[in-house]
Amino acid sequence: LFLNDNDFRQEGHYIDSKKISLKISLKGTLILVFGFILIIFSIGLSIAYGAADIRLTTVWEAVSHFNPELTSHQIINEIRMPRAIGAVMVGALLAVSGAVMQGLTRNPLASPSIMGVTDGAAFALVVTLAFLPAVSIVGLTFASFLGAGFGVSLVLMIGTFSKGGLTPVKLALAGVAVGSLLSAISTAIALHTQVAKSMSFWYAGGLTSTNWTSIKILILAGGIGLLLAMYISRSITILSLGEEVSKGLGQNTFLVKSLGVLVVLLLTGAAVSVAGAVGFIGLVIPHITRFIIGSDYRWIIPISAVLGGLLLVLADIFARMVNAPYETPVGAITAIIGVPFFLYLARGERRGL
Amino acid sequence: MNGWKAKQKKFYVSITFLTIVTTILFIISLNLGVVRIAPLDVLKTMIGMGTARDHLVLFDFRLPRMILCLLIGAGLAVSGAILQGVTKNELADPGILGINAGAGLSVILFIYFFQGSMNSISSLGIFLMPLFALIGAVVAAFLIYVLAWKKGIDPVRLILVGIGVNSGFGAAIVIFQLKMNPQDFMQAAVWLSGDIWGANWKFVSILTPLILLLLPIAYYKAHTLNILNLGDQVATGLGINVEKDRRFLLLVAVALSGFSVAAGGGIAFLGLVAPHIAKKVIGSKHQLLLPVTALLGSFLLLLADTIGKNLLTPTQIPVGIVVAIFSAPYFIFLLMKAK
Repeated sequence: LFLNDNDFRQEGHYIDSKKISLKISLKGTLILVFGFILIIFSIGLSIAYGAADIRLTTVWEAVSHFNPELTSHQIINEIRMPRAIGAVMVGALLAVSGAVMQGLTRNPLASPSIMGVTDGAAFALVVTLAFLPAVSIVGLTFASFLGAGFGVSLVLMIGTFSKGGLTPVKLALAGVAVGSLLSAISTAIALHTQVAKSMSFWYAGGLTSTNWTSIKILILAGGIGLLLAMYISRSITILSLGEEVSKGLGQNTFLVKSLGVLVVLLLTGAAVSVAGAVGFIGLVIPHITRFIIGSDYRWIIPISAVLGGLLLVLADIFARMVNAPYETPVGAITAIIGVPFFLYLARGERRGL
Repeated sequence: MNGWKAKQKKFYVSITFLTIVTTILFIISLNLGVVRIAPLDVLKTMIGMGTARDHLVLFDFRLPRMILCLLIGAGLAVSGAILQGVTKNELADPGILGINAGAGLSVILFIYFFQGSMNSISSLGIFLMPLFALIGAVVAAFLIYVLAWKKGIDPVRLILVGIGVNSGFGAAIVIFQLKMNPQDFMQAAVWLSGDIWGANWKFVSILTPLILLLLPIAYYKAHTLNILNLGDQVATGLGINVEKDRRFLLLVAVALSGFSVAAGGGIAFLGLVAPHIAKKVIGSKHQLLLPVTALLGSFLLLLADTIGKNLLTPTQIPVGIVVAIFSAPYFIFLLMKAK
C-alpha cells in the first residue's frame, strides 16, 4: 500500500554516487552540530522557565559553580535540570525507537505510541501495585519497563503471525486491540484492588517526576540501546529495501531483526518508564529525518535522536507555558503535533520509507 | 429459492432462540447483584406485592439499568453493522473509528463547562446530554469522512484516519479530564471505557424513543445496504444514488452510536463483534442480519453487565471493560485471519 520497491532501488543508485554521499555527510554533520547547540540552549530555557523566576545567567552559575546555600541553585539542581535533561533523553529514545521500528517493519506507521507501549506499561504497573503494594520506585520502573516491552511484543507477534504480514492497517489495528485489551484488564484490576488513584497520577505524569534516578535509567538503557542501534544501522538500511534484497546480499535477517526488537524494547521501555504516555514523537521524527537526510539509517538514527530530544524539551516548555501555572500533559502537546501528521500519513500523501 | 427459505427458517429460529435466552438472562440478572433477591420475590415485587426494599432495588436501580443495556446493545450493534456494510470493511466499529470518542469528548466538555461535576447533573442536563453526544458523534464522523475523502472513500484509509482522529480526541479528552477533580477524573475515565451510569427512568424515557425510532429506519434501508455491498458501480446501475444513500445510512449509524455513548460511554468492540457473529449464523442479507444483530447486541451487553456486576463483588466492573476483555481477543483473531 505505502511501499514502492522501485523508488528504493532508484534512490539506492543515487546514494551510490560519491558526490551525493559526501553532500549527505556534510548535511548530516551540520544538522547534528546545530541540533546539539539548539538542545543545549533549549535545556537552558527549560531550566530557567518555571514558577520560581530564574535567569539564564543563574542557570549557568548553578552549572559552573554550584552553591548549595542558594535556593535557586537547589531548584535547578534537584528539579529543573533532571527534568530538562530527562525530556531530551526521552525524546531521543522514542524517536530512535520509532526509526528502528519503521526500518524493521518497513511500515510508515510503526511507532511506539500506536503499538500498545503505554497500555502495556500501565498494565504492568497496575499488576505490580496490586500484588506487591510495598514495591519500591525502582521496582515500579522495572515493571513498566517490562510492560512496555510486553505490549510491543504482543503487537509485533500479532502482526507477524497474521495472514498477509504486517501491513500499516494491521499494525495500527493490532495496536488498538492490544491497547484496549490491556487497559481494560488493568482498569478491572485497578478498580478491584483500589489502586486506581495511584494510576491516574501516572497517566497524568509526564515529565513532572523526573529525578536523577530516572536519568541514570535513561543513560544506562538508552546508552546500550543507542549504541546497538548504531551498530545495526547499516543492516537496517539494507533490510528496509526489502527482505529479499537483504537476504540476497547475504544478511542474517533474523539476527538483525532480533537485535532491532531488543533495541526497541530497551529504548521504549526506558522512555515510558520515566515519562509515561508521550505519544507520536517516534512516529513524526523519523519521517522528518528521512525527508531531510534520505534513507541511510547510519544518519537517520543519530539525527532522529537529536531532533526527538529537541522536540520533546520544547514541547515540555510549551506544556508548562500554555496554561500556566497549571501544567498541560506533554503527551497532549505531542499528540496535537502528531495527530495531523498521522492523518497525513494515513491519507497516503507521502509514500515510501 | 430453497436456500432463501432455509435462511428464513434459520432466521426465525435465531430470533426465537435469542429472545428466549435474553429473557432468561434478564430474569437471572434481576435476581443477582449486591443485594440478592430470590426469583419468587422478584415476581412478587413485579406484581406489586414485594417489600419496599425489593421494590426500590428492582425498580429504581436494576430495571432502568438493564433496559438501558438492551437499548445500547442493540444500538451499538446495528450501528456497527451499518458501518461495516457502508464502508465494506469488516473491521469497522464506532469505537475504533473514533465516533465514540467524539461523542465522549462532547459530553465531557458539556459536563466540564455546564455541570461542574459528574455527580450533580441537573435534570435539564440529562435531557441535553444525548444531544451533545449526538453533536460530538456527528462532528467526529464528519471529520473522519472529510479527512478520508480523496476522490472517494477507501475503506483502509477510512480506518486509519479513524484511528488517528480517535487518538486526537483521546488527547483532548485527557486535557479536560485532568482539569477535573480527582474523583471526577476516575469517573470520567471509567465512563469513557464504557459504563452505564445515571441509570434512572428519566434517562430511559429519553433514550427509548430515540433508539426505537432509529432501528426501524435502519431496517427500512436494509435493501439499500445489500445493494451498496455489491459495489458502487452495480449500485448506481441498479438505480441507487450511492453517495446520498451512503451518507444517510452513515448518519443513522452515527446517531445510534452517539445516543448509546450518552448513556453507556465508549463501549468498544460490541459494534464489531455482534454483527460478525450474526453474519456467521445468518449470512449477509441485511433484512435478516440487522434484527439478529440487534438482538445479539442486546444479549451480549446484558451478559457483560451481569458478569461485571457479579464476578468480583463488591467491585462493579464497568460493562465496557468486560466487553473489551472478551471481544478484543476475538477482534485480534479476526485481524490475524483477514488478508
